[in-house]
Order: sequence, then structure tokens, then C-alpha cells
Amino acid sequence: MWNFISPRIVFGEGALDALDELVGNRALIVTDKGVVELGLVNKVIAHLKKASIEVCVFDEVEPDPSVQTVRKGAEVALQLQPDWVIGIGGGSPIDAAKAIWILYERPDIEPAAIAPVGDLGLRKKARLITIPTTSGTGSEVTWAIVLTDAEEKRKMGLGNQENVADIAIVDPEMAMSMPPRLTADTGLDALVHAIEGYTCTWHTDLTDGLCLHAARLVFQYLPRAVVDGQDLEARTRMHNAATCAGLGFGNAMASMAHAMGHSLGGAFHVPHGRAVAIFLPYTIEFCALEESARFADLAVLLGCVNSDTEHNGVKAAHSLAYYVRDLCHKVGNPTSVAEAGIPRKTYEAQLDKLVDDALNDTQMVTAIRTPTVEEMRRLFIYAYEGLPVDF
Amino acid sequence: MAFKFPSDEWVKEFARQINSSKAYEESGKDWEGDWIFIVEADEAYPKTVYFFIGLYHGKVTDAAMIENENARPAQYYMRGSFSTWRKTIEGKLDPIQGLMTRKFKLKGNLMKVLRYPRSAKELVNCVMRVPTEFPNQQST
Repeated sequence: MWNFISPRIVFGEGALDALDELVGNRALIVTDKGVVELGLVNKVIAHLKKASIEVCVFDEVEPDPSVQTVRKGAEVALQLQPDWVIGIGGGSPIDAAKAIWILYERPDIEPAAIAPVGDLGLRKKARLITIPTTSGTGSEVTWAIVLTDAEEKRKMGLGNQENVADIAIVDPEMAMSMPPRLTADTGLDALVHAIEGYTCTWHTDLTDGLCLHAARLVFQYLPRAVVDGQDLEARTRMHNAATCAGLGFGNAMASMAHAMGHSLGGAFHVPHGRAVAIFLPYTIEFCALEESARFADLAVLLGCVNSDTEHNGVKAAHSLAYYVRDLCHKVGNPTSVAEAGIPRKTYEAQLDKLVDDALNDTQMVTAIRTPTVEEMRRLFIYAYEGLPVDF
Repeated sequence: MAFKFPSDEWVKEFARQINSSKAYEESGKDWEGDWIFIVEADEAYPKTVYFFIGLYHGKVTDAAMIENENARPAQYYMRGSFSTWRKTIEGKLDPIQGLMTRKFKLKGNLMKVLRYPRSAKELVNCVMRVPTEFPNQQST
């Protein structure tokens, strides 16, 4: 038995118009200052005005939102008593919106206790809308929440199936202002979601199609969206790809590249999408040496292999890894930790922590091959040097 | 030789497998917390049974089939039907998936458990190495 969780998804050009019909009195918008400055919050407010909904904006969400910020947002919500909470932005504001909504509904619980098991009893006071302004995290359709405990300097993977949004509004107009670097980083995040969602041990028939199609869209449209941010077709397809990948991996799981990426991001503040995309080819090569079938299958379906002899096994999986690195090169992203600009000595000094954090990341549970401590250490070293994995 | 499930011999063999696992020793090196596994009666097995497994810093301190869930103090209680446990022992159901779909119920600090995914995985690897004979079955 398994569940497939999804919000109602309104997508495509003009999707924001769905807000015109919203029924309610007050909305709390959770976002960051950058999204406000780009005028994206005002676009949403204009629609909410048509629905006669009073709006309050909480724009204090920082990158990697902290428990402390979420508590502050919940205080605002408790004073305002909104019947809608609306998260607008990339993964950080949307994750913060989910957590603020939960603490508004359930002021009795600690953020660290937002767990996958148990009933939260949400939707007594408000419902949640998510509006992504980047094309990558998939947070608009997943129930995962990543918060940082600023005191312990630790990222916490939280969430409960109940806290998935009621409505996700996936309007490409909201992503048009992303600069090329952000477009590349977040687009690669979507690719990693798609490939890990397809190849992790929790994949299902209901998620495979979404992950496969999302990966196809990213390979085809991400280079265009990076080169020309005003390419509406590329922006639209990338926005859809991110949501498809979010539904796919959100109802399966991510895997080892995410575990390693979280670890690197926590230690060196490498943007999430950039970090996970660096590690993906190495984890494909590592896993495929023991169990190559899913990677080979995906490589064939994505057209990464040329001849019949390459259609099976490790060789096909390595072709998939090659295509991922090739896409990173095309969009100007690093394919090794060294290329990401992290000094060797600093990296080596953190290696024990990187290994430990990655092995204890919840995403590791779905890896098709579980590395030992020594193998994980070698993976981090190979990923630093840019060496193809041969063990 | 296969070990009958559920039995005291079976849980002691499970403990032996854990204690000979280098991977579990590594992944559970910081773990402190004893478990009681509750195998609830269902259509496949008529009686509810209880297992105690003491885990401390990567090793099993004690393992036994016990009379009831209050027979020993523990920090974690994991409860599921006989058929659900059987699927887990046979490697057909990931216990974390089982928790998320409410096939298993957990009493204890779930967030702490989720911080040890590799230990959970290694425990499953260990349980799968126990040659197990289920009721109405010659051997597995």
C-alpha cells in the first residue's frame, strides 16, 4: 500500500487568474524580500483584491529558513487569523509557509516535531496555496519542509502528508525574472528530483511517468531557459517539469545525491540545486556498479544511448551520468566540487562531517546501493576531483 | 537450520546477526534506546507476541521474547500485524515506508529514529539474514 499525495494544480499562462475566484476574508502571504522587489507579490495581491481578500505580507524568509523565522511568521498569523496562507517564492518561502501554517493551526507543537507519522489536524483555521517563482524545488506540490536550526547549524527534514498545499498555482509568468544562474541551479534540481525519483527504491508505477517526462523536459528546455529567460515556451515547460518532478519524487523519494548535496550545502552553503547536480553522476556510477537496471532503463528512455550493445547495464547507466554532466556544462554549472570553488584544504577538513551527515540523511534510506563509511568518503573525494567512480 | 517465527530462538538469532554486522556497528554507533516490537495477532497468526531488543552504541545488549509490553522498560515501541512484520522480515516492506503508511505504529521519538536511516536499513538487512520459518510454512 502506498499513497499518492497532490494538491489541486492550476498551471500554464494565466494560472494566477484562479485567485480571482478565491473565497475567504484574509490571506497571509509568506515570501522573501527579493520576490517582493521583483513585483511578483504585487501581481498576486492584484488578483486577491479582485476576490476581496485582505492581505498581509510576511517577507522575512531567508535562504534556508530558520525555525526562529518560522516562529515569527506564525506569530503574525496568530494575530491576523487568515483563512489562506500563501507561499510565494522558491523552496525557502514555500517551505516556510508550510511550517508557518502548521504552527498557526497547531501552536502547541514544536517545529522539530512536524513528523511524517501522526495526525496534525490541519485546515481548521486556514488552507495553503503555493506559488513557485523558480522552476526546480517542486516544493509547491510536496509535503516536505526543510528548516534550519540556526543554533545547532543543522538542517532538519520535516513534514507530514497533511501539510501538502490545497492549491498549487504554477504560472510561468512568475518564473520569467529568474537570472540565468538561478535558472540553471533550480532547473538542475528538478532533473535530480526526476532521476532520483525514477531510480530510488521507493519509485512506483504512479511516479515513474512523471519523473521520466520531467527529465525529458529538463534536458530539452533548460539550456534554452538559461540562454534566454524571456523564452516563454522554455520557461513554461521548465515550470511544468519542476512540478512533474516534484509530484514524482515527492511521492517516491529522492536519494543519495540529495543526501550528499544536503551535506555539502550545510557545510559550504552551495546552492541546493548546484550541489545535488554535482553529485548525481557520481551516485549513478556508484549505484549502477551493483544494480544498473533502473539507470539503464532510464538512459534508454531518455535516448542517452546510441547502439543496441549499450542498452543494458553499467554502460547505459554511465551514459546517463555523461548526459547529466554534459547538461551541467551546457548551462555553465560545475561537475565537481573543485569546480564549485571549494578549496581542497577546507573540504578535506570537513570530510568526516560531510560523510557522517550524508550517511545519516533521511534520503539515504532509498539508495539502491548503501555505501559504507569508507565508500562514502571515497565518493566525496572522487566528486571533488571529478573522477568517474570505479568502485 | 531455520528459526521459527515468532520465538525466543528467532529473536536471539536476529540479535546475533546484528552483533556480527560491521555496517550496523558503524551506523548505530551513537544509538541509545531499547525497543519492544509488538507482533499483533491477525488472520495469519492468532496470538499477539512481544520482543525486547536492547540496542546501545551499535550492539545488542539483550534480546528476548517477553510476556507483554510492560515486562521490560523501553524507549521505543513498534506495533504492527503479524502479516506486516512478515513482509518486513522478508524484505518486502521497508519499515520506514510501513510507518508512513501506518502499517506500523511507533511510540517514541520518531524524529530521532528518522535521523538513523542507515541503521534502520542495516537492521532490515540483518533480519533478512535470519533463516526464518513462518507458521504453515516448511522453510523460507
